[in-house]
Amino acid sequence: MISQLLNTLYVQTQSAYVHLDHDTLVVEVDKTVRLQVPLHHLGGLAVFGNVLISPFLIHRFAEDGRSIVWFDQNGRFRARLVGPVSGNVLLRRAQHEAYEDPDRRAFLARRFVTGKIRNARHVLLRAMRDYPDVGSRVEAAARELENCLKEANRATDLEEIRGVEGRAAAVYFSVLDCLILNKDAAIRFEVRTKHPPRDPVNSLLSFAYTLLAHDCASACEGVGLDPQVGYLHALRPGRPALALDLMEEFRAFLADRLVLTILNRRQISEKDFIERPGGAVLLTDQARRTFLEAYQRRKQEEITHPLLRQQVPVGLLPHIQARLLARYLRQDAAEYAPFVAR
Amino acid sequence: MKKLDIIVAYDVNTETKEGQNRLRKVATICKDFGQRVQYSVFECRVTPAQLEELTHRLLGVMDEEEDSLRIYVLHGGRERSLKAYGRDRYVDFDGPMIL
Repeated sequence: MISQLLNTLYVQTQSAYVHLDHDTLVVEVDKTVRLQVPLHHLGGLAVFGNVLISPFLIHRFAEDGRSIVWFDQNGRFRARLVGPVSGNVLLRRAQHEAYEDPDRRAFLARRFVTGKIRNARHVLLRAMRDYPDVGSRVEAAARELENCLKEANRATDLEEIRGVEGRAAAVYFSVLDCLILNKDAAIRFEVRTKHPPRDPVNSLLSFAYTLLAHDCASACEGVGLDPQVGYLHALRPGRPALALDLMEEFRAFLADRLVLTILNRRQISEKDFIERPGGAVLLTDQARRTFLEAYQRRKQEEITHPLLRQQVPVGLLPHIQARLLARYLRQDAAEYAPFVAR
Repeated sequence: MKKLDIIVAYDVNTETKEGQNRLRKVATICKDFGQRVQYSVFECRVTPAQLEELTHRLLGVMDEEEDSLRIYVLHGGRERSLKAYGRDRYVDFDGPMIL
């Protein structure tokens, strides 16, 4: 059932030209070939800013179901390639039916939120275990998340579920700073800011979430689900609500933990950020590269999936969860269990 | 899916124009599966099915009277079976690729 984790090529060299040559992808910079990769190694291509992609490569990627995603030079999502093979119409119908059914919709929303809270709590517990002196605030927050979890499990109404989610997120973010062991004054976290992020930690978190959201959207499309029809997130034109739903269970496990590790190892530090007039804080090209590299390596690490009891690369987890979700929607499975780290 | 590291080495008789064409075609096919590591030596990381396809396509192009093709399968992977010295532009297509 598990497809292979294929690599993603990231191109952020400005005015690079990416094109197709037989069954390979070629990247040219200033008319010099910088890289040639056989397509069979690639699951997707992600480009930042002024990178040109030939129409023939776009056509081929669309046909093969490989992804292309365009970001601006600051790493904000701009566009994503959608090909002709966009899944299974019966599955998408099942997806809509579950959306119309208040009970099933609430069930899924609850599962995404409990998955999110459990993984957030896991990050706190893990920090308490590894670094016993992170402080009693973290311990209190972990207990509070435990309460949120109980409430989320009892909640039946969508608004109630969203309310618990908001509160859990506030509790979790209120102690995130305690987990940054790097004591640089510039690398501090007070409150989550986005659009734009206003400090280095938020800037890294935003970038990590953007990458993760794209991976979750690809995972939904990969199993034939419509990334826009979600359950927890309200439907809005252009918003990949289902991808955002699916992402909830991975935020802490994949994005936050990686950001913390990178900061604690000082792989990225104060000098890797640029402050723009207006207060937006952005990553330098070099920092983005460092982060992408760490993200790719993390995706290749293998863990045992708690439900399947099988070794899988971390990068495949969104795909596996999307598949489990599809099973629930088709009513082949009575349950959907979110991914929870051990 | 299990992947194999293989080395493809070929020797095409280029005395004739046809020979030069064959050489170009062989190189193009090899690039579809892997990367050039020496002038007529390619390293590829392929599934058994892809190895089958690669071999089939190469045999379709080569002239068995004139040319020579050798495919070595590196059992245990290139990390264990290969020692490379000197200039080396090998790219790990499974590692992070950021340009």
